[in-house]
Amino acid sequence: MPGLESKLNPESDVRSAPARQPRRLTGGVAKWVLIGLAFLYAAVLLAGPLAAIVWGSLSEGAGQFLRVMTSADALSSLKVTLIISAVATLVNTVFGLCVAWVLVRDRFPGRQIVNGLVDLPFAVSPVIAGLMLILLFGRGGWFTPLTDALGIKVVFALPAMFLATIFVSLPFVVREVMPILAQIGTHQESAAYTMGAGPWQTFWHVTLPSIRWGLLYGISLTFARALGEFGALVVVSGSVSGLTETSTLFIFRSLDDRNYVGAYAMAMVLAVMSFSILMLMELFRKRSESG
Amino acid sequence: MSATPTELNSGVPTSRAAPRRIAPWGRWGLRATAIAYLLLMVVLPLSAILHAGLRSGVGVFWKDITNPVAFGALKLTLITAVITTFINAVMGTLTAYVLVRYDFPGRRLLNGLVDMPFSIPTLVTGVMLVVLYGPQRTLGAWLESNGIQVIFATPGIVLALLLVTYPFVVRAVQPVLMDLEKDQEEAAYTLGASKWVTFYRIVVPAISPALVTGSLLNFGRALGEFGSIVVVSGNIPGRTLTAAVHVYGQIESQNQRGASAMSILLLAISFLLLLLADVLQRRREVQRAGA
Repeated sequence: MPGLESKLNPESDVRSAPARQPRRLTGGVAKWVLIGLAFLYAAVLLAGPLAAIVWGSLSEGAGQFLRVMTSADALSSLKVTLIISAVATLVNTVFGLCVAWVLVRDRFPGRQIVNGLVDLPFAVSPVIAGLMLILLFGRGGWFTPLTDALGIKVVFALPAMFLATIFVSLPFVVREVMPILAQIGTHQESAAYTMGAGPWQTFWHVTLPSIRWGLLYGISLTFARALGEFGALVVVSGSVSGLTETSTLFIFRSLDDRNYVGAYAMAMVLAVMSFSILMLMELFRKRSESG
Repeated sequence: MSATPTELNSGVPTSRAAPRRIAPWGRWGLRATAIAYLLLMVVLPLSAILHAGLRSGVGVFWKDITNPVAFGALKLTLITAVITTFINAVMGTLTAYVLVRYDFPGRRLLNGLVDMPFSIPTLVTGVMLVVLYGPQRTLGAWLESNGIQVIFATPGIVLALLLVTYPFVVRAVQPVLMDLEKDQEEAAYTLGASKWVTFYRIVVPAISPALVTGSLLNFGRALGEFGSIVVVSGNIPGRTLTAAVHVYGQIESQNQRGASAMSILLLAISFLLLLLADVLQRRREVQRAGA
């Protein structure tokens, strides 16, 4: 999503149009009808459901909300979610930087194909991502003999949940960093090399500072996506509460158990967390655009 | 991956080529890491799905996707995705137009709301809709008494998809509208064209490629959606079971072949859509560069 605020120029509005123009295109009844329709649509789609979840989670009082959210299951599910999201974000940041660098700075046959592969996780339904892991590591899977021999349980345990989350959030860092790397060019990097800096020094002191806001934007997108992952996890997790149950899985189980307040409360907590990350992202995006 | 030294040399002479000072082994290492990461995380899992869905032959694959339950799920998914894409194409264009052309109190708020569906976990989206429209709720009960069932019915699926895909068309059309000078619109209008004719003759042709790209992305996202639908739809086979939920059901009942077959079909459709969107995007960029 390209930056809007910085590009939107309020000066270009009708007020600055030449005054002698007899017919004004933007104004009058039509303008307010259109604005009204846009708000109505956003309200029906978003504001209504958002208000409903706040109401739903607090319908039995703030005390009940707190009691549900501080239950052992709820707290441990939040912990599992945060751990998985943090690990997935870290892995995708390190490898995402590597992939972005190779795709922008390196030239080799098949580069376009590799470039196309990066987008695939966005085209794959999360459930299908989970299915892939079952086929690789589940009963009769390609790698099951190997993991059995090593004594590692992958599917219905944490390792598959890490892998699933890494998969669904893979493209973000690559896609946010690539355009900036291409834009900054290699002049500064070459200068650093010429003056005797090593590759690491150059990366830390020249490349990383130039891409930092874009990278942070990509990292927060990755984290937000990881936080809310559900489809891939519901397939590969054992949903053992306290061990392999994330917050989204907690919501799903609570709905099944008719523990509605629990489901609504956790849904609201996740919504608030996502919303905070969105605010943070706005900040990073503005910084990245102003350079 | 199998690049020979001669191929390496032939790929270098662009200005963005790697700085010469990085040791060859370092560059090879990075390249190998990037490619290996994508092979392991993306290509290998996809091959597992293709293998599982097709190893029993094309005939079995065909039966897996044309049996009544699977076919019903596919039909429902395509119908709801088409409806959703159409509504969001119209309302998304309207929203983008209002955001770019008009200045009004609350514009920033509306602009911020557009981004929200991308950051809210889709399962949470589903829960929100259940709270608002569920049969036990005020609004849901009122609608039901008037003969409209939302939750556990098709309207709920469409509503969930509309919410989840809301940003695509808005964010695709918005930058194009910003680039489109207002002069043309005002000239047409001053020359006596009506507002509608101005919009239809000037604005629509300019934004249509972006609108198509945004709609394709919208459609692709709607095809694979799972988290919000599994909560909202009730998942009644043949009536409210969508393709992604069908895949989930097949995994749960240990039918990996059936799950893989439907997955392959969904993947093929979204892959084609991505490809089409990419081609259109590139053609537009070429046109812009030529203008």
